Amino acid sequence: MAPQAEIVHWLFASGLLLLGLILLAEAIVGPAVWGRRRWRPYVWPSLAFALGVLLWPVAVFFTSSTLHMLAHTLWAEVAMASGAVQLALARGKLSSRWWSLTLAATMAASGAAFLIHEQNGWLFARSAFLHHAIGWTLLVAAIFPVLSAFQPRKAVWRAGFAVTWITIAVLLYSDRDLAPIFGHLSDRAGGQP
Amino acid sequence: MSSELVGRLEQRAGRRLDRTALRILAIEALGPLTALAGVVWAIAQPYRITFLHPEGKGFYDFLVQPPLLVIGVGAFFSLVIARGLLRDLREDDGPAG
Repeated sequence: MAPQAEIVHWLFASGLLLLGLILLAEAIVGPAVWGRRRWRPYVWPSLAFALGVLLWPVAVFFTSSTLHMLAHTLWAEVAMASGAVQLALARGKLSSRWWSLTLAATMAASGAAFLIHEQNGWLFARSAFLHHAIGWTLLVAAIFPVLSAFQPRKAVWRAGFAVTWITIAVLLYSDRDLAPIFGHLSDRAGGQP
Repeated sequence: MSSELVGRLEQRAGRRLDRTALRILAIEALGPLTALAGVVWAIAQPYRITFLHPEGKGFYDFLVQPPLLVIGVGAFFSLVIARGLLRDLREDDGPAG
C-alpha cells in the first residue's frame, strides 16, 4: 500500500534533517577533524546520493500530474549528481574546489523546479505555500556553495549551506496533503467559499 | 622578551582551547536539541502521536509522524555521528593535537 504524499515528504524531511546536521557538524569541527576517520567524508555525499535514488520510486509511483513526475525526476537526478560529485571529491578522483559550483547549479535547478511546477499562488493551500517557500529558499541559498568555492576556508558558508537543508526539512515536515496556510485555504482546494 | 613570547603563546593556546571547548559543546548539543525539538512538537500537537489514540490508524500513522522522526534523527545523529566526532575533537584538544 503506497503511503500518502505527506508521509513521503516527512520521510524525505528526515533524510534532509540528518543531512543538515551532518553538514553543520562538519562546518563546526572543520575539515581536518572531520577527515580524521576515513569513512566520514563519504557520509553526507552518500546520503545525498541515496536520497536521489529513493526519489526515483517517488517519481514513478506518485504521478498525480506530468509536472509532478518531471519535477521529482529532476530532483532525483540532481541529488544523485550532487552526491556523485561529492563522493568523487571525497575519494580524490576530483580535486578542484570549483566543483562545489555543481552544488549551486543543482540547488538552483531544484529551486526552479519547485517554483515552476507549483501552478497556484502562495496562499492557495499549505502545500502551495511550501512549494514557493522551498523554491525561493533553494534559489537564494545556492549562493552558499558559490561563496564556498571562492572562500573554501570560511566555515560560515558551509554552515549556511547546512542550515539551508535544516530549513528545507522544517518546511517539508510542515507539509499536509490538504491544509490551510495562515488561515487561508482556497475554495478550489477544498476550503469554504 | 622570551617571557613575553611565552605569554603570547600561552594566550594563543588558551584561545584555541576555548574554541575547541565551544566546538565540543556545539557537537554535544546538536543531537539532544534536535530530539528536544521533536519532544516539544509532540507536546504541542499530541494528536500527531498516534499511540495515544490508535483507533482506525495504520502502519504509517504509527511510525511516520514528524515529532517521532525528529526525535529519531536527533538520537541517530548523537549515537552514530557525534560520538566518534567528539572523541576526535577531544584528541585534537590534547597535547599531541
